[in-house]
Amino acid sequence: MPHGILLSGGDIDFMVHGVFQYSFFGHKVWITTTHICLLIVVLILIGFSIAANIAMKKAKEIPSGFQNFVEMIVEMLDGMVDGSMGKAAPAFYNYIGTIFIFILFSNISGLLGLRPPTADYGVTLPLGVLTFLIVHYNQFKYNKPKDIWADMCSPLPPWLPIWFPINLISEIAVPISLSLRLFANILSGTAMMALLYGLLKWIALGWPAALHVYFDLFSGAIQTYVFCMLTMTYISSQRPE
Amino acid sequence: MDFNENFILGCSAIGAGLAVIAGIGPGVGQGIAAGHGAAAVGRNPGARGEIMSTMLLGQAVAETTGLYGLLVAMLLMFVKPLMP
Repeated sequence: MPHGILLSGGDIDFMVHGVFQYSFFGHKVWITTTHICLLIVVLILIGFSIAANIAMKKAKEIPSGFQNFVEMIVEMLDGMVDGSMGKAAPAFYNYIGTIFIFILFSNISGLLGLRPPTADYGVTLPLGVLTFLIVHYNQFKYNKPKDIWADMCSPLPPWLPIWFPINLISEIAVPISLSLRLFANILSGTAMMALLYGLLKWIALGWPAALHVYFDLFSGAIQTYVFCMLTMTYISSQRPE
Repeated sequence: MDFNENFILGCSAIGAGLAVIAGIGPGVGQGIAAGHGAAAVGRNPGARGEIMSTMLLGQAVAETTGLYGLLVAMLLMFVKPLMP
Protein backbone atom coordinates (compact mmCIF):
# COMPACT_ATOMS: atom_id res chain seq x y z
CA MET A 1 0.00 0.00 0.00
CA PRO A 2 1.80 3.10 -1.22
CA HIS A 3 0.12 5.77 0.89
CA GLY A 4 -2.04 3.80 3.26
CA ILE A 5 -0.62 5.47 6.30
CA LEU A 6 1.56 8.39 5.49
CA LEU A 7 4.42 8.13 7.92
CA SER A 8 4.78 4.40 8.08
CA GLY A 9 7.26 3.82 5.31
CA GLY A 10 5.09 0.95 4.15
CA ASP A 11 5.99 -1.70 6.74
CA ILE A 12 2.57 -1.91 8.39
CA ASP A 13 1.32 -5.32 7.52
CA PHE A 14 -1.51 -7.28 9.01
CA MET A 15 -3.29 -8.46 5.92
CA VAL A 16 -3.66 -12.02 4.70
CA HIS A 17 -1.13 -12.85 2.00
CA GLY A 18 -1.28 -15.45 -0.71
CA VAL A 19 1.55 -17.95 -0.61
CA PHE A 20 0.79 -20.43 -3.35
CA GLN A 21 -1.70 -20.35 -6.17
CA TYR A 22 -3.33 -23.29 -7.86
CA SER A 23 -6.23 -23.91 -10.17
CA PHE A 24 -9.32 -25.65 -8.86
CA PHE A 25 -11.81 -26.56 -11.62
CA GLY A 26 -10.83 -23.41 -13.48
CA HIS A 27 -10.93 -21.13 -10.45
CA LYS A 28 -7.83 -19.42 -9.14
CA VAL A 29 -7.47 -20.53 -5.53
CA TRP A 30 -4.81 -19.33 -3.09
CA ILE A 31 -3.13 -21.03 -0.18
CA THR A 32 -2.79 -18.09 2.19
CA THR A 33 -0.92 -17.34 5.40
CA THR A 34 -4.14 -18.18 7.24
CA HIS A 35 -3.93 -21.78 6.04
CA ILE A 36 -0.34 -22.06 7.21
CA CYS A 37 -1.00 -20.54 10.64
CA LEU A 38 -4.09 -22.73 11.00
CA LEU A 39 -2.03 -25.79 10.10
CA ILE A 40 0.60 -24.89 12.72
CA VAL A 41 -2.10 -24.35 15.37
CA VAL A 42 -3.81 -27.63 14.52
CA LEU A 43 -0.51 -29.55 14.51
CA ILE A 44 0.38 -28.18 17.95
CA LEU A 45 -3.05 -29.13 19.26
CA ILE A 46 -2.78 -32.63 17.75
CA GLY A 47 0.62 -33.06 19.37
CA PHE A 48 -0.81 -31.91 22.70
CA SER A 49 -3.74 -34.29 22.41
CA ILE A 50 -1.45 -37.24 21.57
CA ALA A 51 0.70 -36.40 24.60
CA ALA A 52 -2.44 -36.14 26.74
CA ASN A 53 -3.65 -39.49 25.43
CA ILE A 54 -0.35 -41.17 26.29
CA ALA A 55 -0.40 -39.57 29.74
CA MET A 56 -3.95 -40.73 30.40
CA LYS A 57 -3.26 -44.30 29.19
CA LYS A 58 -0.92 -44.81 32.13
CA ALA A 59 -2.93 -42.64 34.51
CA LYS A 60 -2.31 -43.10 38.21
CA GLU A 61 -4.74 -42.89 41.08
CA ILE A 62 -2.93 -39.90 42.51
CA PRO A 63 -2.29 -37.61 39.52
CA SER A 64 0.95 -35.74 39.11
CA GLY A 65 2.61 -33.51 36.54
CA PHE A 66 1.15 -33.57 33.07
CA GLN A 67 -1.78 -35.79 34.02
CA ASN A 68 -2.76 -33.22 36.63
CA PHE A 69 -2.69 -30.45 34.03
CA VAL A 70 -4.85 -32.37 31.53
CA GLU A 71 -7.38 -33.30 34.19
CA MET A 72 -7.55 -29.68 35.31
CA ILE A 73 -8.32 -28.47 31.78
CA VAL A 74 -10.99 -31.12 31.21
CA GLU A 75 -12.60 -30.44 34.57
CA MET A 76 -12.67 -26.70 33.90
CA LEU A 77 -14.28 -27.13 30.47
CA ASP A 78 -16.81 -29.66 31.72
CA GLY A 79 -17.69 -27.39 34.64
CA MET A 80 -18.27 -24.50 32.24
CA VAL A 81 -20.60 -26.59 30.06
CA ASP A 82 -22.37 -27.98 33.14
CA GLY A 83 -22.95 -24.51 34.52
CA SER A 84 -24.84 -23.20 31.52
CA MET A 85 -26.48 -26.23 29.91
CA GLY A 86 -27.68 -28.23 32.90
CA LYS A 87 -29.05 -31.63 31.91
CA ALA A 88 -28.11 -31.34 28.24
CA ALA A 89 -24.44 -30.86 29.13
CA PRO A 90 -23.02 -34.41 28.63
CA ALA A 91 -23.96 -34.38 24.94
CA PHE A 92 -21.94 -31.21 24.37
CA TYR A 93 -18.77 -31.72 26.45
CA ASN A 94 -16.83 -32.75 23.37
CA TYR A 95 -18.00 -30.09 20.95
CA ILE A 96 -17.76 -27.11 23.30
CA GLY A 97 -14.42 -28.29 24.70
CA THR A 98 -13.01 -28.69 21.21
CA ILE A 99 -14.05 -25.29 19.91
CA PHE A 100 -12.97 -23.65 23.19
CA ILE A 101 -9.43 -25.02 22.98
CA PHE A 102 -9.21 -24.36 19.25
CA ILE A 103 -10.42 -20.75 19.40
CA LEU A 104 -8.37 -19.98 22.51
CA PHE A 105 -5.18 -21.29 20.97
CA SER A 106 -5.91 -19.54 17.66
CA ASN A 107 -6.45 -16.26 19.46
CA ILE A 108 -3.30 -16.39 21.53
CA SER A 109 -1.16 -17.68 18.69
CA GLY A 110 -0.37 -14.02 17.98
CA LEU A 111 2.08 -14.33 20.86
CA LEU A 112 4.02 -16.96 18.91
CA GLY A 113 4.49 -14.58 15.99
CA LEU A 114 1.75 -16.10 13.86
CA ARG A 115 -1.07 -14.09 12.40
CA PRO A 116 -4.04 -15.34 14.45
CA PRO A 117 -6.15 -17.59 12.18
CA THR A 118 -9.33 -16.22 13.76
CA ALA A 119 -8.46 -12.80 12.31
CA ASP A 120 -9.66 -14.18 8.98
CA TYR A 121 -13.39 -14.20 8.31
CA GLY A 122 -13.04 -17.49 6.49
CA VAL A 123 -12.18 -19.19 9.78
CA THR A 124 -14.81 -17.62 12.02
CA LEU A 125 -17.76 -17.85 9.63
CA PRO A 126 -17.70 -21.69 9.55
CA LEU A 127 -17.64 -21.69 13.36
CA GLY A 128 -20.73 -19.47 13.42
CA VAL A 129 -22.44 -21.60 10.78
CA LEU A 130 -21.70 -24.75 12.80
CA THR A 131 -23.40 -23.17 15.82
CA PHE A 132 -26.35 -22.21 13.61
CA LEU A 133 -26.71 -25.75 12.27
CA ILE A 134 -26.51 -27.34 15.72
CA VAL A 135 -29.08 -24.88 17.11
CA HIS A 136 -31.56 -25.62 14.34
CA TYR A 137 -30.95 -29.37 14.47
CA ASN A 138 -31.91 -29.25 18.14
CA GLN A 139 -34.84 -26.98 17.39
CA PHE A 140 -36.36 -29.42 14.90
CA LYS A 141 -35.51 -32.42 17.07
CA TYR A 142 -37.09 -31.22 20.31
CA ASN A 143 -39.95 -28.97 19.18
CA LYS A 144 -43.12 -29.68 17.24
CA PRO A 145 -43.40 -27.89 13.84
CA LYS A 146 -46.50 -26.12 15.10
CA ASP A 147 -44.61 -24.67 18.06
CA ILE A 148 -41.73 -23.58 15.84
CA TRP A 149 -44.17 -21.79 13.54
CA ALA A 150 -45.85 -20.12 16.52
CA ASP A 151 -42.43 -19.11 17.83
CA MET A 152 -41.42 -17.61 14.49
CA CYS A 153 -44.60 -15.46 14.42
CA SER A 154 -44.05 -14.78 18.07
CA PRO A 155 -45.49 -11.39 19.13
CA LEU A 156 -48.56 -11.92 16.96
CA PRO A 157 -50.81 -15.02 16.86
CA PRO A 158 -49.72 -17.88 14.52
CA TRP A 159 -52.46 -17.25 11.95
CA LEU A 160 -51.12 -13.74 11.29
CA PRO A 161 -47.49 -14.22 10.10
CA ILE A 162 -46.66 -10.53 9.57
CA TRP A 163 -43.74 -10.76 11.98
CA PHE A 164 -42.32 -13.89 10.31
CA PRO A 165 -39.81 -12.15 7.96
CA ILE A 166 -38.39 -10.09 10.81
CA ASN A 167 -37.94 -13.16 13.00
CA LEU A 168 -36.34 -14.94 10.05
CA ILE A 169 -33.83 -12.11 9.65
CA SER A 170 -33.01 -12.20 13.34
CA GLU A 171 -32.40 -15.96 13.10
CA ILE A 172 -30.05 -15.48 10.14
CA ALA A 173 -28.25 -12.67 11.99
CA VAL A 174 -27.16 -15.08 14.72
CA PRO A 175 -24.24 -16.81 12.93
CA ILE A 176 -23.22 -13.56 11.23
CA SER A 177 -23.01 -11.58 14.46
CA LEU A 178 -21.33 -14.49 16.31
CA SER A 179 -18.61 -14.83 13.71
CA LEU A 180 -18.17 -11.09 13.10
CA ARG A 181 -17.76 -10.45 16.84
CA LEU A 182 -14.91 -12.94 17.14
CA PHE A 183 -13.35 -11.84 13.85
CA ALA A 184 -13.48 -8.09 14.55
CA ASN A 185 -12.12 -8.41 18.07
CA ILE A 186 -9.10 -10.42 17.03
CA LEU A 187 -8.58 -8.34 13.88
CA SER A 188 -8.64 -5.11 15.89
CA GLY A 189 -5.99 -6.50 18.26
CA THR A 190 -3.84 -7.63 15.35
CA ALA A 191 -4.22 -4.31 13.53
CA MET A 192 -3.45 -2.32 16.67
CA MET A 193 -0.26 -4.25 17.34
CA ALA A 194 0.79 -3.97 13.68
CA LEU A 195 0.22 -0.20 13.75
CA LEU A 196 2.19 0.08 16.97
CA TYR A 197 5.16 -1.85 15.63
CA GLY A 198 4.96 -0.07 12.28
CA LEU A 199 4.65 3.50 13.50
CA LEU A 200 6.52 3.49 16.80
CA LYS A 201 9.25 0.99 16.12
CA TRP A 202 11.90 3.42 17.43
CA ILE A 203 10.52 3.20 20.97
CA ALA A 204 8.66 -0.12 20.84
CA LEU A 205 10.99 -1.87 23.26
CA GLY A 206 9.61 -4.05 26.02
CA TRP A 207 6.50 -2.10 26.92
CA PRO A 208 4.34 -3.45 24.05
CA ALA A 209 4.34 -6.68 26.08
CA ALA A 210 1.65 -5.14 28.30
CA LEU A 211 -0.48 -4.47 25.22
CA HIS A 212 0.10 -8.04 24.05
CA VAL A 213 -1.25 -9.23 27.38
CA TYR A 214 -4.39 -7.16 26.83
CA PHE A 215 -5.02 -7.68 23.10
CA ASP A 216 -3.89 -11.28 22.75
CA LEU A 217 -4.38 -12.95 26.11
CA PHE A 218 -7.22 -11.03 27.77
CA SER A 219 -9.26 -10.17 24.71
CA GLY A 220 -8.66 -13.57 23.14
CA ALA A 221 -9.71 -15.45 26.26
CA ILE A 222 -12.81 -13.28 26.78
CA GLN A 223 -13.91 -13.70 23.19
CA THR A 224 -13.38 -17.46 23.36
CA TYR A 225 -15.49 -17.60 26.51
CA VAL A 226 -18.19 -15.42 24.96
CA PHE A 227 -18.34 -17.50 21.78
CA CYS A 228 -18.74 -20.73 23.74
CA MET A 229 -21.23 -19.22 26.20
CA LEU A 230 -23.41 -17.84 23.42
CA THR A 231 -23.28 -21.15 21.54
CA MET A 232 -24.39 -22.97 24.69
CA THR A 233 -27.11 -20.42 25.43
CA TYR A 234 -28.55 -20.66 21.93
CA ILE A 235 -28.46 -24.45 21.97
CA SER A 236 -29.99 -24.88 25.42
CA SER A 237 -32.75 -22.38 24.63
CA GLN A 238 -34.02 -24.86 22.01
CA ARG A 239 -33.92 -27.93 24.25
CA PRO A 240 -36.55 -28.93 26.80
CA GLU A 241 -35.77 -28.29 30.44
CA MET B 1 -17.66 12.65 -12.78
CA ASP B 2 -13.99 12.02 -12.37
CA PHE B 3 -12.41 12.32 -8.97
CA ASN B 4 -8.75 11.58 -8.59
CA GLU B 5 -7.31 8.97 -6.28
CA ASN B 6 -6.22 11.34 -3.54
CA PHE B 7 -9.70 12.84 -3.21
CA ILE B 8 -11.24 9.37 -2.80
CA LEU B 9 -8.54 8.37 -0.32
CA GLY B 10 -9.14 11.51 1.75
CA CYS B 11 -12.88 10.97 1.76
CA SER B 12 -12.33 7.34 2.77
CA ALA B 13 -10.20 8.49 5.70
CA ILE B 14 -12.91 10.95 6.82
CA GLY B 15 -15.49 8.20 6.48
CA ALA B 16 -13.33 5.84 8.55
CA GLY B 17 -13.02 8.47 11.25
CA LEU B 18 -16.78 8.98 11.28
CA ALA B 19 -17.41 5.22 11.35
CA VAL B 20 -15.46 4.65 14.56
CA ILE B 21 -17.72 7.18 16.35
CA ALA B 22 -19.87 4.06 16.67
CA GLY B 23 -17.60 3.26 19.60
CA ILE B 24 -19.39 5.78 21.83
CA GLY B 25 -22.51 3.66 22.24
CA PRO B 26 -20.84 0.42 23.35
CA GLY B 27 -18.56 2.42 25.65
CA VAL B 28 -21.52 3.90 27.50
CA GLY B 29 -23.32 0.56 27.50
CA GLN B 30 -20.36 -1.38 28.83
CA GLY B 31 -19.81 1.22 31.52
CA ILE B 32 -23.42 0.93 32.65
CA ALA B 33 -23.14 -2.87 32.69
CA ALA B 34 -19.91 -2.75 34.70
CA GLY B 35 -21.41 -0.26 37.16
CA HIS B 36 -24.45 -2.40 37.76
CA GLY B 37 -22.22 -5.45 38.05
CA ALA B 38 -20.16 -3.70 40.74
CA ALA B 39 -23.34 -2.69 42.58
CA ALA B 40 -24.62 -6.27 42.41
CA VAL B 41 -21.35 -7.64 43.82
CA GLY B 42 -21.57 -5.07 46.61
CA ARG B 43 -25.07 -6.20 47.48
CA ASN B 44 -24.34 -9.91 47.21
CA PRO B 45 -20.61 -10.74 47.37
CA GLY B 46 -21.34 -14.47 47.38
CA ALA B 47 -22.57 -14.46 43.76
CA ARG B 48 -19.42 -12.81 42.43
CA GLY B 49 -18.55 -15.45 39.84
CA GLU B 50 -22.01 -15.62 38.33
CA ILE B 51 -22.35 -11.83 38.17
CA MET B 52 -18.92 -11.61 36.56
CA SER B 53 -19.72 -14.07 33.78
CA THR B 54 -23.15 -12.55 33.08
CA MET B 55 -21.62 -9.08 32.95
CA LEU B 56 -18.84 -10.12 30.58
CA LEU B 57 -21.33 -11.88 28.31
CA GLY B 58 -23.58 -8.83 28.17
CA GLN B 59 -20.67 -6.51 27.57
CA ALA B 60 -19.36 -8.66 24.74
CA VAL B 61 -22.76 -8.65 23.06
CA ALA B 62 -23.05 -4.89 23.51
CA GLU B 63 -19.61 -4.48 21.99
CA THR B 64 -20.73 -5.91 18.66
CA THR B 65 -22.18 -2.68 17.23
CA GLY B 66 -18.96 -0.82 17.97
CA LEU B 67 -17.01 -3.55 16.25
CA TYR B 68 -19.18 -3.16 13.15
CA GLY B 69 -18.15 0.49 13.03
CA LEU B 70 -14.52 -0.55 13.43
CA LEU B 71 -14.89 -3.05 10.59
CA VAL B 72 -16.32 -0.39 8.29
CA ALA B 73 -13.41 1.89 9.15
CA MET B 74 -10.88 -0.86 8.48
CA LEU B 75 -12.50 -1.74 5.17
CA LEU B 76 -12.41 1.91 4.12
CA MET B 77 -8.78 2.36 5.15
CA PHE B 78 -7.15 -0.87 4.06
CA VAL B 79 -9.34 -2.59 1.48
CA LYS B 80 -10.38 0.69 -0.22
CA PRO B 81 -13.65 -0.44 -1.81
CA LEU B 82 -14.31 3.03 -3.28
CA MET B 83 -11.15 3.12 -5.40
CA PRO B 84 -11.92 2.76 -9.10
